[in-house]
Parts: sequence; structure tokens; C-alpha cells
Amino acid sequence: MSAVLVSTTVNGDQTEFVCQTDETLLDVLRNRLGLTGSKEGCGTGDCGACSVIVDGRLVCSCLVLGVEAEGSEVNTIEGLADGDNLHPLQSKFIEHAALQCGVCTPGFLIAAKVLLDRNPNPSDVEIRFALAGNLCRCTGYDKIVRAVKAAAKEVRKRR
Amino acid sequence: MRYETPTTTREAATLMAQAKGSAFVLAGGTDLLVRMKSGLIEPDLVVDIKHIPATQSIEKTAAGFRIGAAVPAVAMSENAALKKAWPGVVEAANLIGSDQIQSRCTIVGNLCNASPAADSVPAMIAAGAKAIIVGPHGRRTVAVEKVVTGPGAMSLEKGEVIEAITLPKRPPKSGDAFLRFIPRTEMDIAIVSAGVCLTLDNKRVIKKARVALGAVAPTVVLVPAAAKAIVGSKLDDLNDEVMEKLAAACAAACSPIDDKRGTVEFRIEVAGVLARRAAKIAYQRAGGA
Ligand SMILES: Cc1cc2nc3c(=O)[nH]c(=O)nc-3n(C[C@H](O)[C@H](O)[C@H](O)COP(=O)(O)OP(=O)(O)OC[C@H]3O[C@@H](n4cnc5c(N)ncnc54)[C@H](O)[C@@H]3O)c2cc1C
Ligand code: FES
Ligand code: FES
Repeated sequence: MSAVLVSTTVNGDQTEFVCQTDETLLDVLRNRLGLTGSKEGCGTGDCGACSVIVDGRLVCSCLVLGVEAEGSEVNTIEGLADGDNLHPLQSKFIEHAALQCGVCTPGFLIAAKVLLDRNPNPSDVEIRFALAGNLCRCTGYDKIVRAVKAAAKEVRKRR
Repeated sequence: MRYETPTTTREAATLMAQAKGSAFVLAGGTDLLVRMKSGLIEPDLVVDIKHIPATQSIEKTAAGFRIGAAVPAVAMSENAALKKAWPGVVEAANLIGSDQIQSRCTIVGNLCNASPAADSVPAMIAAGAKAIIVGPHGRRTVAVEKVVTGPGAMSLEKGEVIEAITLPKRPPKSGDAFLRFIPRTEMDIAIVSAGVCLTLDNKRVIKKARVALGAVAPTVVLVPAAAKAIVGSKLDDLNDEVMEKLAAACAAACSPIDDKRGTVEFRIEVAGVLARRAAKIAYQRAGGA
């Protein structure tokens, strides 16, 4: 069959895996590497639940082939916290109750992290545009926007 | 499925030309993977062009700009010179999908998906963009409006791969603009779209124009009659008569479908409205007002 050996860096660790050529990065992360934080909501790029960072860019891992990750640096929700210390986004999501079922949450956190890395002082509108590729069926988005704003403040304080 | 990562466009073209079963070029994959997963296609070969240096960068050349076929749309917005010269093209490319999609999607993939609603295509056509095509028999350059021949149909021959898109040097006193109509502000497919590029003379009279419409015909259409309607006029006095002529020419070029997203009447009406609004923006950008 068409199984390929792929070498990548995942959350800072040198990682090798074998996958089928038509397997998505999302399936590799979840089924081969045991990193089940990234979720599959739609599988077609619409919901953002599978969001990860590849070489510094926010992508839907359901629309990336595992083989495309060769030589890349992949960052997932599992790498967001620093050991036991939650990232400000994670703390503020909890504080502001910006989640209910939680399926969308890893994707929102990753997308919000990419936003704050680029722009630590986003307006409400900028937050909403940056998170337009992430869908949430539960929260109604308002609490998510508030949590991201609060986290941004925290991030700025720590700089 | 065989997955290949050639390092030259020639090599990619050879792989595509020699492929036995179904073979597809992979750029950002935001169309291709969706089609693979839905079972619409089952590729025997996927040729990933992202390892080819000639597809990876945006170059400012003596003739204008050269945008590699693997350049994601987000990189276009990060290129200040490109944004300054061709704001309409960059804005159109940046309308494709979410930030997640922007990190991956390319304007060549958008073109080769051959959808009449592809957002970057009317802007590229209005700007006079050309596709550099590499095939088993060599290299050729084709105007973007000649690449797509119908919904899902292309004028590319077996084995031909697009290496880059070129944009001309923006002539003095020129400006471009792109607008689309969607029911929400993000993440939707255009019901109608319009790209306009204008060049003015020293008296701010329109000397040259290109108008292209999306989602109102089987392909994106270049509308010479719409350009003709405004050449020789000024738009800064919001000349209603000229604008009416522009809208009428656009309406005449439309042969849209009727679907749940928009009726024929609606699409035709909005095509004229968007062309007028885009023309005003392009006119301002050209230094007209
Ligand atoms: C969630 C979501 C939202 C979207 N929103 C929009 C939107 O708002 N507007 C819009 O216009 N589109 C939208 N799209 C569609 C898609 O993202 C765009 O068409 C995108 O530009 C495709 O580029 P790509 O590089 O990902 O193409 P790919 O998927 O890599 O390729 C698309 C097609 O072109 C062919 N191809 C690619 N590169 C070449 C080449 N160099 N030479 C020859 N053939 C080639 C491929 O074989 C394939 O058939 C959306 C898609 C998703 C999943
Ligand atoms: S699972 Fe990838 S975008 Fe929905
Ligand atoms: S918390 Fe349930 S989908 Fe967002």
C-alpha cells in the first residue's frame, strides 16, 4: 500500500509517523499520535474544530494531508499550556465560561492564539473576523469574544 | 494513492503527463481535499507543487509582479508592494474563506477549481493577469480569462501545470477594485461579484477599463461592453447616465442560474450595482476623486 514515513516536529518534539498518503493530518494526530485534542466537526474546512498551527500558520488539519507535514513544525492544543500552567486563553475561557460542550474549544483556542501572537490588542471586530473560521453550536460566541479580550489583556501584561 | 513532491515545474508536468489513472495537482488542497473526502474524486496520483521554488514566492519584476502558484493568499496580504499596486486583486484573494483557509488557498487553485464564483478570478481578469503554464511541450503564457472554459472545465492540456500568475506593472493613474455580494460578511460563496480596473488620463477621464463579473454566467466573464460604456467619461461627478450605461452593459452580459441563493433577476440587478460601486472605488484609487 502507499504508506509513507513522515518526520515532523509536533509541539516541539521530533516526531516520526507512518501514514497512508491520503490520510489527513487530523487523522494522523488523533489516531496515530494519540493527540485527540483537535476535533473533527465537519471534515471540510468549515468549522475550525481541527485547527492547528503548521509552520506558524493557522490551518484546518482536516484539509492537510499527513504526508504534507514532512519537515514541518506542527503545534496543537496539547502544546498550548506550559506544563501545568494554562495559557491565559485557557484560563480566561474557563473564567468567562466560554465553552459548554467543548468540542469547538481547542480550535477556538488555537485560532485565538495565532491572533494574539500577531495582534495582542485586537478589537471586538478583529476578534470576530479572526475567529470566523470557527463555529460554536453552544455559546453564542459572545463569551468567547470576551474571553479572548481578557486573555489579550493578560498577554500584554506579561510581555 | 501515489504522492509526489517534485522540485521543478517541468518535473511536475512530466509526472502529470505520464500519469495512468486520475492525477491532480495539489496546491493548498482546500478544494482538492474536500472533493477527495466527499468521494467525488479518487486520485491515483497527487502532485504536490509546494516544493517547487518557482512556485513559492512573490517577485516584483520589470514587467510587474509574479505570484507563484503555491503562494497562499495570506502571503499576498503580507506583501506591501503587491498590495499597493493591486489592492483589488489582494482584497479579492483575501476574501477566500477563513484565516485557516487563507493560510493554504492559492489564487491558481481558485482559478483551476473552475467555479464561476471563484473570488480572486474577476479581480485577476480585470487586472490583466496572465497564467504561466508549463507542460510536456514547454511553456506558454495565457490570459487568465482564457484558462477556464466552463464550470469545472479548463483549457489546460494533459500534463499542463500553472507555475505562476503575472500581473502587469500598474500603469500610472490606474486603480483596481473587487466587490462580492454574499448573504453574510464572511465564509460564503459569491452570489455576484465584480472586478474593475481603470486607467485615467491627465484630465481624470477614463482612458482604459476592464470589467469582469463573477457568478453570473458559466465562467467568470470579461465584459468589454461595460468597459466601453465608461471609457471617455469621468466618474467623480457621479454621472448617473454613465453609471446606468455601465449597469446595463453588465446586465446584458449576465446569464445566471436561478437557485436558493439568488434569483436570476436579483443576480442581474446586483451585477450592475456591484460594477458601479467597484468602478467608483477603482476611480478613486486611480486618483480620479
Ligand atoms: C471552508 C472553505 C471556504 C471557502 N471559501 C471560499 C470563498 O470564499 N471564495 C472562493 O472563491 N473559494 C472559497 N473556497 C474554495 C477554495 O478555498 C478556493 O477555491 C481556493 O483558492 C483553492 O485553492 P487551493 O490552493 O487550496 O487549491 P487546491 O485544492 O490545491 O486545487 C484546486 C484545483 O486546482 C487544481 N490546481 C491547483 N493548482 C494548480 C496548478 N498550479 N496547475 C494546475 N492545476 C492546479 C487542483 O488539481 C484542483 O483541481 C473555500 C473552501 C473552503 C474549504
Ligand atoms: S473538521 Fe476541519 S474544519 Fe471542521
Ligand atoms: S461549546 Fe459546544 S460547540 Fe462550542
